Amino acid sequence: MKKGRIIRVSGPLVVAEEMKGSRMYDVVKVSDERLMGEIIGLDGDKASIQVYEETEGIGVGEPVYITGEPLSVSLGPGLIESIYDGVQRPLDYIQKKVGDFISRGISVPPIDPDKKWKFTPTKKKGDQVQEGDIIGTVQETVLVEHRIMVPPGMKGVIEDIKEGEFTVNDQIAVIERENGEKIELQMQQRWGVRIPRPVNKRLPPIKPLFTGQRVIDTFFPIGRGGTACIPGPFGSGKTVMQHQLAKWAEAEIVVYVGCGERGNEMTDVLNEFPKLEDPTSGEPLMKRTILIANTSNMPVAAREASIYTGITLAEYFRDMGYSVALMADSTSRWAEALREISGRLEEMPGEEGYPAYLGSRVAQFYERAGRVKCLGSPEREGAVSVVGAVSPPGGDLSDPVVQNTLRVVKVFWSLKAELAYARHFPAIDWLTSYSLYHDSMLEYMKKEVAGDFLSLEREAMRILEEEDELQEMVRLVGIDALSFSERLILLAARMLREDFLHQNSFHEVDTYTSIKKQYCMLKNIMLFYRKAREIDIDIERLEELDILEDIARMKFIEEKKLQYIEDLGNRIIKTIKEAGGKGESPERDRKEKEEVTDAN
Amino acid sequence: MRTEYQTVSDISGPLLFVEGVSGIKYGELCSVILPDKEKRFGKVLEVHKDKAMVQVFEGTRGIDIPESTVIFEGKMMEMPLSPDILGRVFDGMGKAIDEKPPILPEKRADINGSPINPYARAYPNEFIQTGISSIDGLNPLVRGQKLPFFSGSGLPHNKLAAQVARQAKVLASKEKFAVVFAAMGITFEEANFFQTDFEETGALERVVMFLNLADDPAIERLSTPKVALTAAEYLAFDREMHVLVIVTDMTNYCEALREVSAARKEVPGRRGYPGYLYTDLASLYERAGRIRGKKGSITLMPVLSMPEDDKTHPIPDLTGYITEGQIIFSRSLERKGVSPPIDVLPSLSRLKDKGIGKNKTREDHADLYNQLYAAYSRGKEAAELSVILGEAALSDMDKLYLEFSDRFESEYISQGEYENRTVEQTLDLGWNLLSLLPKRELKRMRDEFIDKYYLKGEEEKE
Repeated sequence: MKKGRIIRVSGPLVVAEEMKGSRMYDVVKVSDERLMGEIIGLDGDKASIQVYEETEGIGVGEPVYITGEPLSVSLGPGLIESIYDGVQRPLDYIQKKVGDFISRGISVPPIDPDKKWKFTPTKKKGDQVQEGDIIGTVQETVLVEHRIMVPPGMKGVIEDIKEGEFTVNDQIAVIERENGEKIELQMQQRWGVRIPRPVNKRLPPIKPLFTGQRVIDTFFPIGRGGTACIPGPFGSGKTVMQHQLAKWAEAEIVVYVGCGERGNEMTDVLNEFPKLEDPTSGEPLMKRTILIANTSNMPVAAREASIYTGITLAEYFRDMGYSVALMADSTSRWAEALREISGRLEEMPGEEGYPAYLGSRVAQFYERAGRVKCLGSPEREGAVSVVGAVSPPGGDLSDPVVQNTLRVVKVFWSLKAELAYARHFPAIDWLTSYSLYHDSMLEYMKKEVAGDFLSLEREAMRILEEEDELQEMVRLVGIDALSFSERLILLAARMLREDFLHQNSFHEVDTYTSIKKQYCMLKNIMLFYRKAREIDIDIERLEELDILEDIARMKFIEEKKLQYIEDLGNRIIKTIKEAGGKGESPERDRKEKEEVTDAN
Repeated sequence: MRTEYQTVSDISGPLLFVEGVSGIKYGELCSVILPDKEKRFGKVLEVHKDKAMVQVFEGTRGIDIPESTVIFEGKMMEMPLSPDILGRVFDGMGKAIDEKPPILPEKRADINGSPINPYARAYPNEFIQTGISSIDGLNPLVRGQKLPFFSGSGLPHNKLAAQVARQAKVLASKEKFAVVFAAMGITFEEANFFQTDFEETGALERVVMFLNLADDPAIERLSTPKVALTAAEYLAFDREMHVLVIVTDMTNYCEALREVSAARKEVPGRRGYPGYLYTDLASLYERAGRIRGKKGSITLMPVLSMPEDDKTHPIPDLTGYITEGQIIFSRSLERKGVSPPIDVLPSLSRLKDKGIGKNKTREDHADLYNQLYAAYSRGKEAAELSVILGEAALSDMDKLYLEFSDRFESEYISQGEYENRTVEQTLDLGWNLLSLLPKRELKRMRDEFIDKYYLKGEEEKE
């Protein structure tokens, strides 16, 4: 193996000379401890290397080994249910090998090389195959059928294909290329993390990715293959939100990247996911999940890599035709890792010390999300949806990471500290958040959920907006100065906030709400509002109606008792009819207003 | 390998540049011998060809270029450890400074530690009773948690930290317990307050103290929390003790970090703090925790004073992103005479849900703190409203809430410095106050708990 010589060590950055022949982003092994590193700059025969492990004890003159391979991940059966660090080393295996604390220079295969998988071929000898074609399947977990594909860039005729139990490194097929070259295929393939995996065609998202979270699915939906970001100050519930999405999003595969966050949070996921049931299949959620944990105290360069490792794994499952959801918590820590390395490289800083290329890196990352027509046969569609948490300093949205992210993502869930202090969770601010997927989802929502879904949503949003203005007025002149219809808006807005938007992620039923139930709940609240507008009644009496209690309890009604919520609609109509006469309220409103003006 | 050089080329702030060196490792420990034979310690921050950049912990005062000698020790900075460290006092480098015999080390550990494998962690879920209502009742602390105090200059955070150290215990357990106390840049008076407090309560023999006072070298503050946490890791994971680590004041640590960063001419991040402040703080805070299959635990309570009481200042801000919650002190409560002046609304303990409830504290605990939060928050709103519109504009219900929030501050949050409330007392006190409000206002409370506990406090009094 070719080698160079270290001339400088500064934290995670190592500079080596005599590195001729090495390429940008190639992996190197630093010193005889063989610490993993990646070339991030070349200058003559000098190479700047970011090292994925602690560099203490490394000195000038020690060797650097050139591998000539880019930073890659292993792809094959055995990925699901794994927990990896930022450069795809299995943490469970590391614990077995070196104990409770992570030491360095550990080299372990990402995928268990001894485990045997039952491979069932779907192609036979003599079949013509090309890149992306599925040649066989492995039942990886109860939830995931792992489809073995012909690696990109390969085309030929199957000369041999086997059936039976194999390890990921056993030969399962032989392909003869047109030029007569014979290539052995294993179940495992490698792919460089910084290169997006090729697709046949990119498609715009048209289906929503339901998450079971009411404020998201109803008001700010994300499409399958879409991108979203959750910025918010600490304590506003970013991580809980990400966990909720990882738990309940209707994705077939979930990749959760804990990037520079707390160790205990990953432990929480590890404890909880095997126990939680997937709402559609009833199987443990862990059976569709891959975890990448590069906590804040683990080496900073590996944190930079963790995001790419995660998205490459996601793309691989997308290529099989799955809908994959990737949660990255938090992309700010990834950007900080970029900043740290950039600072050590003595690059000219941009905003807040972040490198000038921050924006393009953020955009490149989110651009790897999307709905696609996969390569190869059978024809299939896959999607990678990306949700990135951002932790701006002091919750200040002018932070460069937030701004650069907002430029590329289509959904913005803005978390607000005030809502969190008032213990309104999820603390997504309905007034500043947005989703650009409403229009493209319209067809689907109309067909699959309800024709009037969108108009209900718009109406509810208008009430919430009006509430904000009215609240301002109440603060100035007191609540008594408002007319009936204004107070009714306040009441409806409160119902929307407390009985719909507020969702308790720790309550067994409330934690997940199907889109059908969301629709029924919203419909009932809006029905109450519309009907109450038509009758003649004091607002105080209206507020005391028992039916309000029933509306408030809708969120705790189990999914299988949906009929109860649907029936509630009729009771609402009946109750309100009984409560009020048939007064012409618009007229009364006008009278009320006149009185107020007179009084003034 | 030990090598000696007399080739200092340049001194800048706390940094020393040595030329013509070879075989020097990044992060290596070194000692600097001054012309007057005084010995100081340092650490290699960067090696570049034949140059080494050394950070001198005890400051560079008195070091000269021609005569000073730098000895590279060929090893990392280590802390000698044995069970005898309990009851002892060390400086910020881990050197004993009391008049007791030297420590005979059972082992030596690199003060930087290694990251705990996230896979090996056990989730913190054992409730620690601190005897302080605003912590136990509303922001419960659990073993293995990192819960900082966000305070300001002149606020009684040290008193509260000492009270926690004195009273903290795990319900129904007789396990070995120790306190590691690290002081960075605090005054002699403050340090003395802790020392006397530990002495008076007889706690001293289970306390390890690391003192770097205001007049000690600022750069030594960088090693103080590291040696303290190394000692804590040893006691927790080698000696199976439950260790509470109190680190005060983190702001001074961050300033020292900024000083070194500025001397290195690094690109500054926010407010001149280095871009790696987050990573650096995380490498300290994340050393707290529990490990599966091991008995001990490290619970970390860093104290930091927020410059200008500004929570968005980089130090509290980045801390809040790493720690599992925060206890925030409020100057306005302090002025009102509420002591300890804990502002409960923005305070938070992220791990509370797993540490409380049936068999841990009491079944109604979670509902109770939600209800108390909601009621107090409503009371505060009413107070705000009455400032604008006058008290007459408040509805009867608002007035009730106003009364609730006043009594909540004076009876629940306020408590004596030596008042040690059991968690039952704290919970009952909460019910007692909630009983000011009519039952139907308790919307966050399950009916069964209302039936069981509502007015209970009142009845007991009668």
